[in-house]
Amino acid sequence: MTTPLLPREHYLNVRYGIKSWLLTKDHKRIALLYLITVTGFFFLGGAFAVLIRLELATPAGDLLSSDTYNKMFTMHGVIMVFFFLIPSIPAILGNFLVPMMIGAKDLAFPRINLLSWYIYILGGIFTLWAVIVGGVDTGWTFYTPYSTAASNTNVVATGLGVFITGFSSILTGLNFIVTIHRMRAPGLTWFRLPLFIWAHYATSLIQVLGTPVIAITVLLVALERTFRIGIFDPALGGDPVLFQHLFWFYSHPAVYIMILPAMGVVSEVVACFSRKNVFGYSFVAFSSLAIAVFGFLVWAHHMFVAGISVYAAMVFSFLSFAVAIPSAVKVFNWTATLYRGAIWWQAPLLFVFGFIGLFTIGGLTGLFLASLGLDVHVHDTYFVVAHFHYIMVGGAIMGYMAGLHFWWPKMFGRMYPEPWAKFAALVVFVGFNLTFLPQFILGYMGMPRRYHAYPEEFQVLNVMSSAGATILGVGYLIPMIYFIWSLRYGRAAGPNPWGATGLEWTTQSPPLTENFPVTPVVAEGAYEYSKREMRVV
Amino acid sequence: MWSGFPLFPEQASTLASEVDHLYFFLVALTAFFSILIATLIVVFAIRYHRRNPAAVGAPITGSLPLELMWSIIPFGISMVIFTWGATVYFNMARPPDETLEIYSVGKRWMWKFQHIDGQREINELHVPIGRPVKITMTSEDVIHSLYFPAFRVKADVIPGRYSTVWFNANKAGEYHLFCAEYCGTKHSGMIGRVVVMEPAAYQAWLSGGTGEMSLAARGQRLFEELACHTCHLPDGSGKGPSLVGLFGSQVKLADGSVVTADESYIRESILNPQAKTTAGFQPLMPTFQGLVNEEGLLALLEYIKSLQPAGAPGAPAAASTGVETQGERTSQ
Repeated sequence: MTTPLLPREHYLNVRYGIKSWLLTKDHKRIALLYLITVTGFFFLGGAFAVLIRLELATPAGDLLSSDTYNKMFTMHGVIMVFFFLIPSIPAILGNFLVPMMIGAKDLAFPRINLLSWYIYILGGIFTLWAVIVGGVDTGWTFYTPYSTAASNTNVVATGLGVFITGFSSILTGLNFIVTIHRMRAPGLTWFRLPLFIWAHYATSLIQVLGTPVIAITVLLVALERTFRIGIFDPALGGDPVLFQHLFWFYSHPAVYIMILPAMGVVSEVVACFSRKNVFGYSFVAFSSLAIAVFGFLVWAHHMFVAGISVYAAMVFSFLSFAVAIPSAVKVFNWTATLYRGAIWWQAPLLFVFGFIGLFTIGGLTGLFLASLGLDVHVHDTYFVVAHFHYIMVGGAIMGYMAGLHFWWPKMFGRMYPEPWAKFAALVVFVGFNLTFLPQFILGYMGMPRRYHAYPEEFQVLNVMSSAGATILGVGYLIPMIYFIWSLRYGRAAGPNPWGATGLEWTTQSPPLTENFPVTPVVAEGAYEYSKREMRVV
Repeated sequence: MWSGFPLFPEQASTLASEVDHLYFFLVALTAFFSILIATLIVVFAIRYHRRNPAAVGAPITGSLPLELMWSIIPFGISMVIFTWGATVYFNMARPPDETLEIYSVGKRWMWKFQHIDGQREINELHVPIGRPVKITMTSEDVIHSLYFPAFRVKADVIPGRYSTVWFNANKAGEYHLFCAEYCGTKHSGMIGRVVVMEPAAYQAWLSGGTGEMSLAARGQRLFEELACHTCHLPDGSGKGPSLVGLFGSQVKLADGSVVTADESYIRESILNPQAKTTAGFQPLMPTFQGLVNEEGLLALLEYIKSLQPAGAPGAPAAASTGVETQGERTSQ
């Protein structure tokens, strides 16, 4: 094996200058624009989390005022959900990889792709402006009538930020759907597609169908707040619970926008590093679609104590259990993929192991919340907080980290330092569990979420959680440092450092602007590792 | 800070153990599957750790029997949990026939409790042991949620409507009472304690009250102050229908439909009288929106509930005082 060199020409050096980036139509450059901005929002949202955990280290509300604390958890939620988790994998890895994995030169609508980034930035500016001029304190859920009648913070500006960013999400989803339908390389049939593509297809469906509902909902909040039109506020003749229906009709499927792409990453990484077909390919593929469809039918499980009828609650409880099955099927298939593999312990796989473990716990604790009688007790407590962080941080961010490490050599042509990455995976895993496991116990003991101060008997577990958050923060800073380091000092990766199947690995790293010198022709399934000799080139 | 480091909440209601049994079952289930998956991953990762860089995995693509197995078994287990959880929920949703009724109004940032006999409490609630308690609640401003961790129950308290929560406390002591729905600045200060007392101690606490009027008596006074009594004559000869025996009855409306006269109907008929006009009466009643607050509405409601036809069981005199009834009145 000879030491690879960086290719002479690639998408990063083909043009220079700020204009060549801000006016680019190259999906890979747009992915990097997203990478930079989304990372910025991640660390901003993380900074709010640091303040939250610092405040909660003591029972008394002594570090921040109540109003400031309320703004911290609101802005943490708004930024992490709408400006980090939703765009993270689709807009960065999806943007970079969807065309490459299907042998296309770009997405179907390159200009719309660039537009979606600008829309994201515009929405981000509105939200940042709201943060700078005083913040918002409604919780990321914007529950009425608090958000329309009681809060005196920047609800409308934040809502507009969310509203605008939604269009970015819709356009990205639309672009992916058309691209996947129309631009697959010759021979690349639906059942030869990488599971990453299936996952993004399912995600895109949710983005296109669900996002308009949240857009309308926050618009109605803004209208009621500004013009006192009675929609949600009972004092104006509205119905506050109607808001919850509308909000969760999007915001529950939004959880699947966050987790499905991560599941796509997991399928790619598990197959590559165990040198095997993904076990039960079609079950994994269809489970993504099943999650996308059933995900739209479970929203009222957020409302079991909001006075909905007992029978409605039963239907939503039943459907919530049903939606858990496709996720369980995926976990079993990934685990079975490892069986009789040739397992190569590299950092992306370690992150994926973290994903599978934490997602399993996150999914199973979801069953607690789907069970009606138990949800009454744990609803709106730290149990819920712990559960969704296991899915969103333990699941979605672990998957994002796995994907970032896996495709980093493809994106920049250089390797990250492997030992550091393994260390970071370990630190994240330990820090995460120390942060969020105690919160399950806190929740069952009855500590409500969004509490600035709390009774003293909850302190020990809160201190553990805050300590864990510190470790978790370090776990995210380490990759930040070595990724930047690797851009200059990393070993040149070559086209396929992992010996992976998949069209994106057949071309140079970093790729040419047009991705492939010649349009590839596909003649086999996505993961025919066991048929080929191992080739690291 | 280590003093008192509990990992499990106290069980102080009959529902608590039902909820906890389901919880323990799910904890065991979670532990089983998490350990199963983690063990498989670790075992496979070590057992099949590649021996040389050129090694490839076995050509296995899947197995229909396995797929069916790990779809159907989890589905079966989840249906067991579904049924179990729904059963507990039904028990929570349906209070027993005989309950001690208490009213509550949530407002930013306090809980006000109103006993039938007249006692009023703020951020503190006294209840007897071994007797089902039903709290009918509403909010003056935003959504709150009344949460008793030791009883394992909570219910959202929503402006403009009544919701209920019930429990049967079975262990004397003092427990937390929280607001669980975020409601603004002092959300985490909207807390208090529920004091569960032995029946005798509870009776003593009740009679130790300040001799305040019963809730129904307060309602009656308000009924007269607002001049409701000038139209709603007991014999039905007034401009408005008689309210005697109204609560819980079926009311025929001007549009021909029939509604049950429950808390929500009475509330609506005071605040928005034209919404559902009783058949045979002119829509003459003015709105009382803004003239009577949530606590006043609850007093009026309790007064109207107390108006039972003579001879009906459990019909106290309209103007009964707290001393006569001593919290003995029960819901129908």
